[in-house]
Amino acid sequence: MVRKTVVRKNRYLDSVFLMLVARRIAALPGMRDASALLGTPANRELLAAMGYGVEDAGPNDLVLALEGEEAAVDAVIGDADAYFARGSANGEASVAAPRSIAEALIARPDASVALISVPGEYATREARAALRAGLHVFLFSSNVAVEDELSLKTEARQRGLLVMGPDCGTAYLAGAGLGFANAVRRGPIGIVGGTGTGMQELASLVHRAGSGISSGIGTGSRDLSDAVGGISTFAGIDALEADPATKVVVVLSKPPGDAAAAALAQRLARCAKPSVACLLGADGAATIDDAARAALRAAGGTEPAFLVVDDRSLREMAAHAMESRRPGQRYVRGLFAGGTLCYQAQAIFRRAGLAVHSNAPLRGMHELADPARSLEHSFLDMGAESFVRGRPHPMIDASQRRARLAREGADPSVAVILLDFILGSAASPDPVGDLLPAIRGIRDDGPCIVASVCGTERDRQSLERQTRALQEAGVKVFPSSAQAARFCAEAARRL
Amino acid sequence: MSLKLEELMQAHPVFVNVGVRDFGDSLREAGYEVVQLDWSPPAGGDAKLAALLDDLL
Repeated sequence: MVRKTVVRKNRYLDSVFLMLVARRIAALPGMRDASALLGTPANRELLAAMGYGVEDAGPNDLVLALEGEEAAVDAVIGDADAYFARGSANGEASVAAPRSIAEALIARPDASVALISVPGEYATREARAALRAGLHVFLFSSNVAVEDELSLKTEARQRGLLVMGPDCGTAYLAGAGLGFANAVRRGPIGIVGGTGTGMQELASLVHRAGSGISSGIGTGSRDLSDAVGGISTFAGIDALEADPATKVVVVLSKPPGDAAAAALAQRLARCAKPSVACLLGADGAATIDDAARAALRAAGGTEPAFLVVDDRSLREMAAHAMESRRPGQRYVRGLFAGGTLCYQAQAIFRRAGLAVHSNAPLRGMHELADPARSLEHSFLDMGAESFVRGRPHPMIDASQRRARLAREGADPSVAVILLDFILGSAASPDPVGDLLPAIRGIRDDGPCIVASVCGTERDRQSLERQTRALQEAGVKVFPSSAQAARFCAEAARRL
Repeated sequence: MSLKLEELMQAHPVFVNVGVRDFGDSLREAGYEVVQLDWSPPAGGDAKLAALLDDLL
């Protein structure tokens, strides 16, 4: 085994593209690992921790770090540039592509929204440029300081504009899904959401119930903290209240700060339209299923049968499923791609009086000392920083989750494994297929596998096809993440 | 120039994509117009220098 690096000066490529290239290279025969990163200070530190020295690379330079058999590594180095050639889709146009937001507006003066997903240290600068050019901002980038967030949102409010983010995964604007979004029908339900996968789950359930989404305003996960004060949440509520297509306003968030919570309650109390608040993890809070049902009812529709599942039927199913477990199988392990779904599952366990260990613990739950090692009932948010540093998010690349699933599946103390699969734009083309090898590798008398699929039949991955593939592999598939977690809680009570 | 948010919700927005190309490609496939920026870190990647230059210009 050898380790080598290649540096290409002044070669900037976006992080998702680079991670996909790295994954392709790592899968080549003879290769053990590959990273493709820009030489930012944070990335140079990461590479140094991995044992690579790259002193000569700067933030504009591309670093390819390779580990494997010497012949394989040398073959990649010899052909390195070919891996970084983009597909021809936009290749031609990029020669004359604008290099700044100001230039982009010369080309398209009618542009109204900027999507920003550059590394966090540059994101504030681009977002400010967008606001000053009069654009609303969808800010996907994370690692933006809270002071910068507050300053951007304050400026946006003065200009009558909206900042969705930072750390905003999903939004729906005038039928367009931004970031990670499922293909959903337009309809009467408007969402203001501080959680990306939460909004995806809610929008997908509403669509599957035959209704639809008017707009989904992302706010970023910190918006309802007392430090930010809910500036984007309140702007979103105002806009949905004024929007003739919106009949019901749903606010979806993790628990707000005390002052923000009080302000939110006051604002919703005087909202001219019916409203639903789903503050996941707050005491007595609803699940995303409950929020979907309440919103559908308020919009004048009926609650679909798939969302009305009582605890008794789940209890009976769980009792039946746990009858065949072996002695020693005692724990539930949740491996989540969606951070909010991990959070919701913990809330469901807490309500059932069950303790959970997590790398992203809900208040009152235990923090895992080492996310690489599960303990008793453990729920892992595999999109959290410790898992995605220098690596793609599990919604894009399942390799880490697949390896963890194989490990948990072979653990004789594990009775149930809980998974989520998230379809939609920017997600893997086959999220279930990515994990099937690990699912099939689990022994017949191993843990019971439980899952939910977030998506619709309009998503390119197809909800029906993904669900069927799971069922054919013997996985118990529930119509929502909340129901899958409720089933697991009923199972856990019997362990 | 931008529309107010309420108007934006009714319009067919045009997007400027700064960063991950997949996001722009998904919107384009869904029938929206997207201007893709050929972005690279400003001031050779020195965020502090970039901020200084912004103040000067």
